[in-house]
Amino acid sequence: MTASEQGLQRLMLQQEVDQLNAAYAAALDEKRFEEWPEFFVEDGRYKVQARENFDRGLPLALMALESQGMMKDRVYGVTQTIYHGPYYMRHIISPARIVSLNGDVVCAEANYAVFRTKPGGVSEVYNVGRYIDELIKKDGSLKFRSRLCVYDSEMILNSLIYPV
Amino acid sequence: MNAPPLSSTELSRWTQPGSSRVPFWAYTDAQLYQRELEKIFYGAHWCYVGLEAEIPNVGDYRLTHVGERQVLMVRDRIAPKDRATDHGIRVVENRCAHRGVRFCQNPQGNARSFVCPYHQWTYKLNGDLAGLPFKDGVKEADCVNGGMPEGFDLKDHGLTKLRVAVLHGLVFATFSEDTEPLEDYLGPQVMPWLDRVFKGPEGPRKLTLLGYNRQRIPGNWKLMMENIKDPYHPGLLHTWFVTFGLWRADQKSRMVMDGEGRHAVMISRRNEGGQNAAVTEGVTSFKANMALHDDRLLDVVPEPWWKVPDPSNPGSDIMPTVTMITLFPSLIIQQQVNSLSTRHIVPRGQGEFDFIWTHFGFADDTPEMTQRRLRQANLFGPAGFVSADDGEVIEFSQAGFTQAGDSGSTLCELGGTGTEMTEHMVTETLIRSMYGYWKKVMGL
Repeated sequence: MTASEQGLQRLMLQQEVDQLNAAYAAALDEKRFEEWPEFFVEDGRYKVQARENFDRGLPLALMALESQGMMKDRVYGVTQTIYHGPYYMRHIISPARIVSLNGDVVCAEANYAVFRTKPGGVSEVYNVGRYIDELIKKDGSLKFRSRLCVYDSEMILNSLIYPV
Repeated sequence: MNAPPLSSTELSRWTQPGSSRVPFWAYTDAQLYQRELEKIFYGAHWCYVGLEAEIPNVGDYRLTHVGERQVLMVRDRIAPKDRATDHGIRVVENRCAHRGVRFCQNPQGNARSFVCPYHQWTYKLNGDLAGLPFKDGVKEADCVNGGMPEGFDLKDHGLTKLRVAVLHGLVFATFSEDTEPLEDYLGPQVMPWLDRVFKGPEGPRKLTLLGYNRQRIPGNWKLMMENIKDPYHPGLLHTWFVTFGLWRADQKSRMVMDGEGRHAVMISRRNEGGQNAAVTEGVTSFKANMALHDDRLLDVVPEPWWKVPDPSNPGSDIMPTVTMITLFPSLIIQQQVNSLSTRHIVPRGQGEFDFIWTHFGFADDTPEMTQRRLRQANLFGPAGFVSADDGEVIEFSQAGFTQAGDSGSTLCELGGTGTEMTEHMVTETLIRSMYGYWKKVMGL
């Protein structure tokens, strides 16, 4: 492969990861929660963890799901069981930084900011952090093998119901 | 200009006898809240500050709070002669004795001493002032310029030191000289339930820190105490509890309180869940056909320490699956199946508090048990299947109180208006007993 072909491939991968992030954000922001587990492989992992715990190597997470099944259970919780004041989310995700490419596995990171707007309320900065992702090509499209959301926000504004 | 303090009678809006109707004013009045800080958080009460396991080495410290005042929990050196009597844990206020600077900004770390950045006043780990620059002035030719006045004694200018008591690895502090010994403060009714979790057969069980979750809840701090003294709501608000039988009214349970009615333990034993018309009929949160796609979230494994001699029935044992301990004013200790945490209430004005969860396990846990505790942590905390909604209803409670202005009160009369212990959970007795004590200590 020539240098320019490699560059083109890199650019296409970048584009693919950014498109995945955009589709992921749209599904959540538009409350199409049932689509959310489909962004992951079957034994995919999803974790939301305070930066404090991540930096200190403490294992506790705010949410730690270890399969698509657990994600479906979370979606059921979000839509049916966890009583909460309704709100909108709005994700702003930075362009991804491709950290490594190993065969089919892509490691990438992106910064995110999620705003929360409650009915009748102003928009608030809700959760800010970084996605640390492991992606894998499956049936021609990228899926998350793991998405770790490490948030800087020292305080959760009361509760965090929907995945970020 | 601050208004002059009101007398107790002027301040009180408590018009009903007893403690079953709490005026909304108790949650919304700024002046009353200042009195709570003074009488409760800075008065003769032991306030939780953290776990010994968070500061394992000499010099380790962590920022924490007593009421709104920020303090440092520190592990100090212990003189060899004091080894038998000194636990080595100090709690000092994060406020320089010189010009009042909050000198420590790192949430946790290790230090040989504490130095205020402004003028380099330096304190020992126990809060004693070790020294300060130019104390004896600066020599210029034959004279000495400045310096502290004659009679200035380092000993008189240390940090504010709190009294500290350590029980089974839990660290408590108090600003007051009048606070009774911790064991007496907690009382013999509550103590067996602390022993059950923390006191191993060979001394305090060594704890492992799993991590923190923090949330800021827009409600009065007492609402969180009430929430964990309220056995009525879990089987109604929390689908997971009623559907999977983790907490509901048809379970064997017991409500325990200390002699003052301020601390409590809600004790219960899990059942199989499912239909039972008495507790599920018409309950919209009960989901008869709910099944988990991945049931590892409820992979509960009983632990040997769950079973203890029953303090109320000598000669027999009791094996709860859940004990929720509220230690007035600011600590909740959770054992809900395999998930363990302390939850620390840090008030921020009458309408807001921070709620800090510290999850822990035991040093002798297998990796599988650690994994299980972490998985079950999905039920709790600011995003938890059964705790996120507690924060939400507290926010909506405060909103309701606020819109009522000066009128109105809550109605806590499930199980009557008394404050007795019960062998069931269909009662609000623990809330009434806390407000009985609160009225007394507040002089209302």
